Amino acid sequence: MKISKNMERWSPLVVLVAVLLLWQFIVVAFSIPEFIFPSPWQIALQFGEFKGPLIEAAWKTFWVTMLGFALSIVVGVLLGFLIGSSRLAYTALYPLMVAFNAVPKAAVVPILVVWFGIGLGPGILTAFLISFFPITVNIATGLATLEPELEDVLRVLGARRWDVLVKVGLPRSLPYFYGSLKIAITLAFVGTVLAEMTAGDSGIGYLMQTAGSQQRMPLAFAGLVTIGAMAMAMYELFSWIEKRTTGWAHRGSQAA
Amino acid sequence: MSFVDFRNVWLAYNDELLAQGHFAVEDISLQVEEGEFIAIVGPSGCGKSTFMKLTTGLKMPSKGTIAIGGQPVTGPLKISGMAFQAPSLLPWRTTVDNVLLPLEIVEPYRSSFKSKRREYEARARKLLQSVGLGGYEDKFPWQLSGGMQQRASICRALIHEPKMLLLDEPFGALDAFTREELWCTLRDLHAAQKFNVILVTHDLRESVFLADTVYCMSRSPGRFVVKRRVDLPRPRDLEVTYTPEFTDIVHELRGHIGAFRNKDGKTGVAVPQ
Repeated sequence: MKISKNMERWSPLVVLVAVLLLWQFIVVAFSIPEFIFPSPWQIALQFGEFKGPLIEAAWKTFWVTMLGFALSIVVGVLLGFLIGSSRLAYTALYPLMVAFNAVPKAAVVPILVVWFGIGLGPGILTAFLISFFPITVNIATGLATLEPELEDVLRVLGARRWDVLVKVGLPRSLPYFYGSLKIAITLAFVGTVLAEMTAGDSGIGYLMQTAGSQQRMPLAFAGLVTIGAMAMAMYELFSWIEKRTTGWAHRGSQAA
Repeated sequence: MSFVDFRNVWLAYNDELLAQGHFAVEDISLQVEEGEFIAIVGPSGCGKSTFMKLTTGLKMPSKGTIAIGGQPVTGPLKISGMAFQAPSLLPWRTTVDNVLLPLEIVEPYRSSFKSKRREYEARARKLLQSVGLGGYEDKFPWQLSGGMQQRASICRALIHEPKMLLLDEPFGALDAFTREELWCTLRDLHAAQKFNVILVTHDLRESVFLADTVYCMSRSPGRFVVKRRVDLPRPRDLEVTYTPEFTDIVHELRGHIGAFRNKDGKTGVAVPQ
């Protein structure tokens, strides 16, 4: 029992180390040149060498992503509220939103550049555009799946729509909301990097683009790793908040 | 003056159905005295739940009039409490907080909820204890068994001291033993607090054991076909369900339901119980 619990806890680390070792082994065994596919060790060396620029770029990317993400939470929640609590709004807006979400964001970045110029604007907006949809859908689902009986119980007492929304709909949709945040945050990073690569003048995306064009594959890979690490950290943060605030929705896994 | 007074009530769910003459319930007339316990039985889909919506004012009749407590019904009736087959307790609230939910919504409790919370909470705890949930007040609903959840759900329906309790197949999902326990709980609550109860069920034994009057409904159109008074003396013990008088009434009601199912030309034969 104890062993299996420990194993579960450390399993991600074990897998990570195993993958790195395998990677290193393959690169060394087949003597793949570093400008094609660098080994983990070469990437690690880049981290040491370009610590300053990498941290600076990571910081920039991080807060551009956070701004876009914050925007997508606000807009996503409001839209989710709207289409989740009104059938008319749902019917009217949903097809348009699906169509919009299907537009490749890479195609939108050049347009954003025309409108907002090179710099922060396109990054923030791309991060927002790519990540608000899952939030909206999840909030709307949480609200729309209310039991009609419970609504009757409250309506007969004179509850207004707002009461039902605040007392029941909102807490009910919280687990869906957190679930969507975990998806949205990873998407937001994708959006920011996309914008930085296409039309940035700073950030990890720009750094990778530059490194790539100079054939400095290990540095480009170091950028990739940085993005992955940041997204993972944010994901874990939201998982943690989710467990703390909506434990009732995950009772199956922690039933004692 | 009857407490609940239905006079020739018809309901079609929307204008289209009304125009086609499709009614969910037809020509319902009934008078219920104050404090009376009535049960409505019938095959599924016969409009029992529609009847509940009419009684609570969640739906307005297409024709006819409904008066409760001498007043014509014009909108949702706050003097009613409802419970359903699914307990539908909120999983993020403890049991006592679930029971308190109506007080956060209905006046006059709503406006004094913050200042009198302790008093109300004490009341909710007392109510929970009276149905045998003492010691479980601060547990979450998902830590309770199905029967306990249903008890809590009934407490939630009763916390604002309604004059009328409406139960829509409240024990339908429970096992036979738990169901009988809850019959007794409901019987005792009714005896102590004297509210009106309208119990919708398709368990004939349940209806005869609990109610003063049993109404049978037919299916599409939903109308009352039989009214049967149950004169078994109160308080009734579970033992009464094994007496010939009791089984005779159950048998008689079963006959009515079988009979009009045949007349409909729908499924089958009356199966004697």
